[in-house]
Amino acid sequence: MSKIEINNIYKIFGNDPDSVMDMVKGGSTKDEVLEQTGHTVGLDNVSLNIEEGETFVCMGLSGSGKSTLIRHLNRLIDPTAGEIFIDGENVMSFNPQQLIDFRRHKMSMVFQRFGLFPHKTVMQNVGYGLEMQGKSEEERDKIAMEKIEAVGLNGFENQFPNQLSGGMQQRVGLARALATNSDIMLMDEAFSALDPLIRSDMQKQLIDLQSELKKTIVFITHDLDESLRLGDHIGILNAGKLVQVGTPEEIIMKPADDYVKAFVKDVNRAKVIKAKIIMKKPNEVSNIDKSNVIKVHEDQFIEEFLPQIVCSNSNCEVVDKTGNIKGYITNQELQSSLTRS
Amino acid sequence: MFKNKKDLFNIGLLVVFIWLLITSYGSSKRKPDSVGELLNDFSWLSDWPKWLDLPLMKWINKWFKALNENYGFIFEAINNVLLAMLMGLKNFLVQAPWPAVIIGVVVLTYFASGKKIRTTVAVGFCTFFIGFLHPRFWDKAIETTSIMLISIFLCLVIGVPIGIWMSRANKVREKILPILDLMQTIPAFVYLIPGIMLFGLGAVPAIIATFIYAVPPLVRLTDLGIRLVDTEVIEAADAFGASKKQKLWGVQIPLALPNIMQGINQCTMMALSMVVIASMIGTRGLGDEVLLGLQQLNVGRAAEAGIAIVLLAIVLDRITQSYGETLQERNAPSKKAKK
Repeated sequence: MSKIEINNIYKIFGNDPDSVMDMVKGGSTKDEVLEQTGHTVGLDNVSLNIEEGETFVCMGLSGSGKSTLIRHLNRLIDPTAGEIFIDGENVMSFNPQQLIDFRRHKMSMVFQRFGLFPHKTVMQNVGYGLEMQGKSEEERDKIAMEKIEAVGLNGFENQFPNQLSGGMQQRVGLARALATNSDIMLMDEAFSALDPLIRSDMQKQLIDLQSELKKTIVFITHDLDESLRLGDHIGILNAGKLVQVGTPEEIIMKPADDYVKAFVKDVNRAKVIKAKIIMKKPNEVSNIDKSNVIKVHEDQFIEEFLPQIVCSNSNCEVVDKTGNIKGYITNQELQSSLTRS
Repeated sequence: MFKNKKDLFNIGLLVVFIWLLITSYGSSKRKPDSVGELLNDFSWLSDWPKWLDLPLMKWINKWFKALNENYGFIFEAINNVLLAMLMGLKNFLVQAPWPAVIIGVVVLTYFASGKKIRTTVAVGFCTFFIGFLHPRFWDKAIETTSIMLISIFLCLVIGVPIGIWMSRANKVREKILPILDLMQTIPAFVYLIPGIMLFGLGAVPAIIATFIYAVPPLVRLTDLGIRLVDTEVIEAADAFGASKKQKLWGVQIPLALPNIMQGINQCTMMALSMVVIASMIGTRGLGDEVLLGLQQLNVGRAAEAGIAIVLLAIVLDRITQSYGETLQERNAPSKKAKK
């Protein structure tokens, strides 16, 4: 059972969504529907499985429906048709009180423009989810303080959000989402409003936190580099349709259509592809000069060991954590993986 | 037969219109002897015919009389409650020594304005000058203020919840907006007169009239304030599982508060402008000094009273306005700090 299961979700915005369902199911495009009926197709038959503990990145340009999709998971938006299961429970069947409980305990969310409460201090903001859970103020402050420390904002707990910089505000948003200790974290273009340096900082922080916490994260972004860096799996949305789902390597090595191809065209492959993806198994290679090899960890990106190889003109021996030899990389593999198709 | 509800509604309106025409014609005393005459003699097309007259005046008078006779006790009860509140407040302020009242106003301003010395001193002087202009003005200003405070209290108790209600349901909003327009445009005398008939001369009809005149901006600004709260902040509250009530009291109202305070400020200013008009129905206060000056063609006297009203306006405006600013500063501290 997947942690999150989305089955055939349709979302149509307009006065009478049901009336255009047949048209959308019949395969009309977003533009056709808009022109003929005035309704906007937000999501068109999207189905997805997201596994426990993974970071799933949903990527697409603005208007592709990615923010709409993430809001379906905690039902800030209700679908026109389709089902959503979380931990095997049908989210669509919840009554209002069940929905509130579900939002309080199962999910938390980080917003693009932070969504902080301007009239509450950093501490109160971080403790908001806990307040909703009904925890005492003492307990709230204790947990909030831990999370504030975890995101590196000690000393700012009594400031108001407007007194902080954008990057710091989003740390508050992140701490607020972490505080409720929910299994699932929804991040809606969480780092898009930040400048590049701070964004990269925050991405690293998220990766570090995730390696400890192992939450299920659904991350929305329009930035391919960001999605490749963070995602265990990536789903690419175009005009409300899910065009490809796969690991970062799959997206880059085997783009499903021209749209994805155009997306990945300019990616720095060395930065994304890991050693284990391109290596050849030990039994598949012969005549490698084992005296002139560089040991490389299987999860290292090409970028990290490329300079060494070029300088020493040697081959790579790929090993796992315990030092077992998993495979070899020669110039040939490097060449084919780094060449743009 | 009918395509949808809208058609049905329009046909209903047409039926009502025809019914109005027929009853008006039927009840008119100046109609021709028979309908046939209208078809022979077309002179009624040149001037508006005397028989084409909606007897609205008669209807309203009849309805109003029935209201007064059958439900008079309700108005009596409202009258008694409001009068008791007013008298309590007025007597307390009148009997208090005047320096104590000035000190009270100064202390209130000091804390409401977030300890701003300039505002506090200015308000203190304005208050002092009301009595300084003419000793008689002091008690009258207190009477005026009492009427206003009771009116504003009514506005708050009724206006803010209506504003909140409007902000949460578009249908309610559509229905209430025209009523607010009506309240703001209908001339004050139109409701002052029935006010007198229901409540008698004096302060209570003035309170009611002031309420009708002053509540629309408060309702509008409450509604607007809540609607203007950032959607992402509302989404955040929803996403963390806030119930409707928690969202309203914990997020929407606190963030709409600067706007609501602006509404209270507008409400206060409009209430004050009602004071002079209300003096014409025998409400005592600073307004009747202006009226007296007018009647005696005593320019100086009217001017003196006019200045006193302006001073009172400044005092009330500064207190409510600066409280709104203090709230805003609390909500968005950095903006102020950068100035």
